[in-house]
Amino acid sequence: MDYFLELFFGGLTRGSIYALIAVGYTMVYGIIELINFAHGEIYMIGAFTALVVAGVLTALGLPALAILAVALAAAIVWSAAYGFTVEKIAYKPLRTAPRLSPLISAIGMSIFLQNYVMLAQTSDFLPFPKLLPEIGFLKPYRAVIGTSEIFIILATALSCAGLTLFIKFTRMGKAMRATAQNRKMALLVGVNVDRVISLTFIIGSSLAAVGGVLIASHIGQINFMIGFLAGIKAFTAAVLGGIGSIPGAMLGGLVLGWTESFATGYVSSDYEDVFAFLLLVLILIFRPSGILGKAPTQKV
Amino acid sequence: MKGKWSVLALALVLGLVLGGCAQEKKEEKKEAAPAAGKIILGVAGAHSGDLASYGLPTVNAAKLVAAAYNAKGGINGKQVEVVPQDDQCKPEMATNAATKMVSDKATVVLGHICSGATKAALPIYKEAKIICMSPSATNPALTQSGEYPVFFRTIASDDAQAALEVQFAVEKLGLKKLAIIHDKGDYGKGFAEFAQKFLTEGGKAQVVLFEGVTPGAVDYSAVVQKIKSADADGVIYGGYHPEASKIVTQMRNKDMKIPFLSDDGVKDDTFIKVAGALAEGVYATGPKDISKNPLYAQALEEHKKQFGSDPGAFYFEAYSAALALLNAIDKAKSTDFDAVTKALRSEYVETPVGKIKFDARGDAEGVGFAVYQVQGGKYVEVK
Repeated sequence: MDYFLELFFGGLTRGSIYALIAVGYTMVYGIIELINFAHGEIYMIGAFTALVVAGVLTALGLPALAILAVALAAAIVWSAAYGFTVEKIAYKPLRTAPRLSPLISAIGMSIFLQNYVMLAQTSDFLPFPKLLPEIGFLKPYRAVIGTSEIFIILATALSCAGLTLFIKFTRMGKAMRATAQNRKMALLVGVNVDRVISLTFIIGSSLAAVGGVLIASHIGQINFMIGFLAGIKAFTAAVLGGIGSIPGAMLGGLVLGWTESFATGYVSSDYEDVFAFLLLVLILIFRPSGILGKAPTQKV
Repeated sequence: MKGKWSVLALALVLGLVLGGCAQEKKEEKKEAAPAAGKIILGVAGAHSGDLASYGLPTVNAAKLVAAAYNAKGGINGKQVEVVPQDDQCKPEMATNAATKMVSDKATVVLGHICSGATKAALPIYKEAKIICMSPSATNPALTQSGEYPVFFRTIASDDAQAALEVQFAVEKLGLKKLAIIHDKGDYGKGFAEFAQKFLTEGGKAQVVLFEGVTPGAVDYSAVVQKIKSADADGVIYGGYHPEASKIVTQMRNKDMKIPFLSDDGVKDDTFIKVAGALAEGVYATGPKDISKNPLYAQALEEHKKQFGSDPGAFYFEAYSAALALLNAIDKAKSTDFDAVTKALRSEYVETPVGKIKFDARGDAEGVGFAVYQVQGGKYVEVK
């Protein structure tokens, strides 16, 4: 039973990170039907920002919790700024272009950001400080679930709940839903579509930054390439859950995390990816629009 | 028209140069042929073609060592003559080179360079009872198959690292149940498979887990849990440092204090930098440090003086092999195959790669890898 729980929490932690990144993919896709391949890089930039800020603050001798809070906030702001800028530079000029053009632009942006960070920082692996504090009374249980894993799961749950409330109950959330349904109609009824799109990128990037900081602190290392594989997996999670659907992305992330964890635990880690993508294939065969995705209505 | 003329002129010049070389070689031969008979040190390997850079340093090494012996009056009064044969690292050319060596009555052969070419040539040497010593052929089967009693080498075989690791884990650390993890890459998986083979063959410890992980994955908690539930008392990891540091960090954070052993890919300072305090106590194998050996410095100096450049690939192994061969002939006081073979297996000789003799299968003892451990933030050799 312990073994099952360990795998369960391991999968939940990993799935939470996937979910945080997947939300950004799915929101952008929902609104402008673009697969933002540079999203994984935004996640990586978030982690790097936290690394730099935490380094400075540690040198100044601030308490651990303050460092965590400031580093996380800085990562969110910085990543959001990157997400915003990437959209303005790489996607906005192509909004009326054929769908393939922004896709290529996104891949280009991804490569650019990776190489930019590699040149500006380093191509080597760097140690990442343990920002998440260890809580004393949980220590005996850390073989099953560590404090940092609890932090990751809680932070993900809070972020997802916050996002859901925001979309359901605020004016801006309503505007987002309207834009997602039909951009032209939203424009006609007075929604500032450009602003909605910018906000979508900002929110998605912020969540990715949270994921980046948490996981880097959990595993203790960072590199300019970390966004690539995480991005691919998160994109898979978004498709699995139904691209365009926010609860779908969250669910997809968790399902993917659990699948990988249990496949490793009960079969073999050699087949971790095999099972993850087998699941994707199966779900797409039986539910082509993903677990929670809605079949697209034909607009006549 | 002009183009043609210049090509012709170039060909002429090249022809002259080549002719010059050939003449020089002849003279050299004449010089080194005293009446009392001579010892022919054949040097086979890639001396032209794509892989010439692997083979030519061996020729230089052989010439330097032979010259040193000749300056002292030769071996048992006989002069040493170096006879190169080119095989371009191609098996089909290697058999020709070997046949040529036999008809040239080579006493011993230094070579061949590539494992494939060496394997093709060995049956011919075996038939003719000529000792063949390679500075660079690392294929494990060449010695381990036991098929070629004429074969020796001064480089560690591909599986030597895994063999050392397993020996260290089982005999020094006394581990009984080992988990073997690798990164699915050529290097890491190859290492892991050799380790698995040695553990199963040794029979003193069992492999409780053998798995590959995906490099760059978000985390490795599941595989770490699996190591724990397999009740392993040690982990052998084949791969590079980024994954190793993630696995070690997660193991230590889960209060798993079992030894972690890895390979040359982890014996890297970045590993210590990234894993920090958690890296303490991790073992990794790596090539022995030979740069402090005085003979190493001497061989390097000789090459610089004679050829005016830094030596190339396998130069020190080749230098050591030439020393070992000539020393064995010297000690055996004969060029008889059995006597020289016996000397190679029993007489230690000081060489740039260390003080070596050869085991029954032909591998040099005391060559290759050492075990290191992270102690106080750096890798320290474990004696």
